[in-house]
Amino acid sequence: MLEIKDLVKIYDGNVQALKGVSFSVPKGQFLAVIGLSGSGKSTLLRCINRLIEPTSGKIIWHGEDITAASDDELRTIRRRIGMVFQHFNLVLRSNVITNVLSGRLGYVNPLMSLINRFPKKDIEDALIRLDRVGIKDKAYHRADELSGGQQQRVGIARAMIQDPEMILADEPVASLDPVLAHSIMQYLEKLNKEEGVTVLCSLHFLDIVHRYADRVIALNDGIVVFDGLPTEIDDTKFKEIYGKEAERVG
Amino acid sequence: MKNSKSALRSIGLGLAILFALVTYAYGFKVTKVNLEETKSERRQTQLIRILRALAKPDIVEFDKEQVKLEIPFYVPCPEGGFEPEVVDKTIAHFEPEAYCADPGTKMIFRGSNFEPNVKGPINFLPPSGVTLGMGIFETDENGNFEITVTIPRRPETEIQYIETVTSKNVGEPRFTRTAIETWDKIIETVFLALLATTLGTLLAVPLSFFAARNLMKDVTSPIIVVSLNLIAIPIGIVLGGSGATWMRDLSNLIAVNGWVILLSIIVGSVVAYGLFKWAVPPEELEPASGKIRFVRSLTLVLITLISVFVLFMVSKLMIIIGTTASGKLGGFGFLGSFFADIGDILGMIMVLVTALLGAGVLSGIGGKTGNLLLKKFTPQIHRLLGIIFGGIAGVVWFLIIMGGINWVYQINQPLIVRTIPAILGAITGIILGTIYKPKAPVPIGMAVYLISRTIFNVLRSIEALVMAIVFVVWVGIGPFAGSLALALHTIAALAKLYSEQVESIMTGPIEAVSATGANRLQTIVYAVIPQIIPPYISFTMYRWDINVRMSTIIGFAGGGGIGFLLQQNINLLNYRAASVQMLAIAVVVASMDYISSKIRERIV
Ligand SMILES: Nc1ncnc2c1ncn2[C@@H]1O[C@H](COP(=O)(O)OP(=O)(O)O)[C@@H](O)[C@H]1O
Ligand SMILES: [Mg+2]
Repeated sequence: MLEIKDLVKIYDGNVQALKGVSFSVPKGQFLAVIGLSGSGKSTLLRCINRLIEPTSGKIIWHGEDITAASDDELRTIRRRIGMVFQHFNLVLRSNVITNVLSGRLGYVNPLMSLINRFPKKDIEDALIRLDRVGIKDKAYHRADELSGGQQQRVGIARAMIQDPEMILADEPVASLDPVLAHSIMQYLEKLNKEEGVTVLCSLHFLDIVHRYADRVIALNDGIVVFDGLPTEIDDTKFKEIYGKEAERVG
Repeated sequence: MKNSKSALRSIGLGLAILFALVTYAYGFKVTKVNLEETKSERRQTQLIRILRALAKPDIVEFDKEQVKLEIPFYVPCPEGGFEPEVVDKTIAHFEPEAYCADPGTKMIFRGSNFEPNVKGPINFLPPSGVTLGMGIFETDENGNFEITVTIPRRPETEIQYIETVTSKNVGEPRFTRTAIETWDKIIETVFLALLATTLGTLLAVPLSFFAARNLMKDVTSPIIVVSLNLIAIPIGIVLGGSGATWMRDLSNLIAVNGWVILLSIIVGSVVAYGLFKWAVPPEELEPASGKIRFVRSLTLVLITLISVFVLFMVSKLMIIIGTTASGKLGGFGFLGSFFADIGDILGMIMVLVTALLGAGVLSGIGGKTGNLLLKKFTPQIHRLLGIIFGGIAGVVWFLIIMGGINWVYQINQPLIVRTIPAILGAITGIILGTIYKPKAPVPIGMAVYLISRTIFNVLRSIEALVMAIVFVVWVGIGPFAGSLALALHTIAALAKLYSEQVESIMTGPIEAVSATGANRLQTIVYAVIPQIIPPYISFTMYRWDINVRMSTIIGFAGGGGIGFLLQQNINLLNYRAASVQMLAIAVVVASMDYISSKIRERIV
């Protein structure tokens, strides 16, 4: 259970990205976060694992206040939260398998990891995850040799190897074409349905929301303007979320 | 309106031109521009002489063979005159106007078919066998010469002789002493630069992270944590330093011979490795209990001490092996000495490294304690603790800084050196502890960033040549002083270039890696370093290039390398030798330039 209470983020220069966001996510839910670009989706997701420091508000996860965690505690929280990014955020000059293994950094012994030594079990595990996302043969290629879709699969494998209880996905398919988008979304769906991982995923296209999400939260200018089932988004709601000018395509 | 504006602009322009004129006039005055000197005949001949010498670098020489030509000559003319045999005019020969003359007459001698542009004496040979020099002739570009000489006052009834002596190159050319010395020194120069670059790079890489804004700006901690970090640093240095010193003394005590050293290295390594395996599990799903962590920490301290001990022993072993080998390797003896030197360096830096390690570890423990305190008590107590620890940290660091200043200026008055800084430190710490709320982030990372930036900028603005003077005083004249000076300059210059590279890397991977729960060091190793390797290599190559250039002149300040030779030859007006050194510098610098640009192209 993840509870977000009155979350506010004010960036330098008095940009109010989140203006008091509250909602809670039961364990195992697939929650879609939608909204125009600039509405605060990325900020919200990054506040949850404190990649961005919230200005005020609380984030309670399994009864633990993430916003009050010390550096050490934050690391043990972060290692149970996988993250997938729009631009994949792989280390392009490193091997694919090293990128995947970096998902274990919160668990392994820091000293050994500094000289790039991972437990054998983790290496085997990394290969298994890569096999699951269908690019085991690329394990020892450099990440920049991969196409966008392949890179995002590495990103998924990196999140998977964390054995996460929750995944934060920030527009994971926005830079991919529709066919690839569905294959990536299916991996997230699988993690959600088969392993009970909670997924918070910001999305752009409503058809994808309809297909994968259990529930939708819509942000507009840092405020939650909709919270409900995907099917409840009718034309009026749509206009509220995306503004009067927007045209519904999906 | 428009007119007055353009008038103003004209006046401004006029003033600017006037100002420029005055500036340049003053510049000419202070640089003592003296056009008369450049036109003076004497200066010009000197200049031409030097340029000609420079154009003929003293690189190769030949064995010389003297070639003598003789003609008969009567002084004074015998009765009936004298007609010599006809000479062969197709080979080198010379002829007087007449083959006899009265003593003291002036006579022209003409020669042709000699080597072009050679010099040689023309001598008079009386029957006594002595040689009387009559003059020096010089052939033109066709091998002809003409010289007027005075016939010596050596009247004799017998036939006498006049000879010309020229020398001729024979055999294979060989390198001159100058060339060989220059070769030695240019090698020294390149290696001096290599050593300086290596040392500079090794230190600049870690330091550059402290000067990278993007890495440091997020490093913030509550005031209690920062204070405890700061207080723990000097304690850690002392503890680490004394731990290392004990181990050094212990190793001195035990190291009676090579076998004991070898044995203790093996035993020490095995024990340390075993303890390490036990104390550091490869992976931990649940955080261990406090008691286990305490025992583990103690074990890690023990492991560190054993490792330090083993490294001291390794250092000893290397010195023994190296010195023994250098005696037996003959021409490759330098490999042995190198090995021994590395061992020596290892022993020298161990105490320093352990002290720094101690500072790092203890500062970490201090920070953890701070976080623990923040978890426990009430906000009021946090405030109080912030003020107390802030005050202590202020006192400690003001005393340390003042101690450094006192070391330089030798003030030695307890009031100035102890009391005042302690009070000021306490006040500063207490004020900071009051200003910052207990949990408010203190931007300690930015403080470190600003301090290291400043140090680098200051260091960078000191010419390596000036630094060389200081190091010459410390380690004596020679290439070692030069490499240390260049290394210091390299650290500052590279740290700045490197940190700018760090600032321009992609943030995405850093975000992704830290989101997995990696700590700061892991994030640097996994997300930052892979991105900066290519620019780092390219900057290092570039720096080596610069260091080669610098090391060619660092000898001017006594820093070894070819500059020393060059300066000597210039002072001795030995321009042909200086020319060899200049040529060598040009060749080396140009080829370094080429190689480094090729490598940089390849990498980026
Ligand atoms: N680092 C930042 N500094 C200042 N303003 C920012 C920063 N990041 C985002 N913002 C602003 O915050 C608002 C929300 O941005 P973001 O969370 O990225 O929205 P979304 O992901 O929905 O497009 C925008 O107005 C954006 O300009
Ligand atoms: Mg976004």
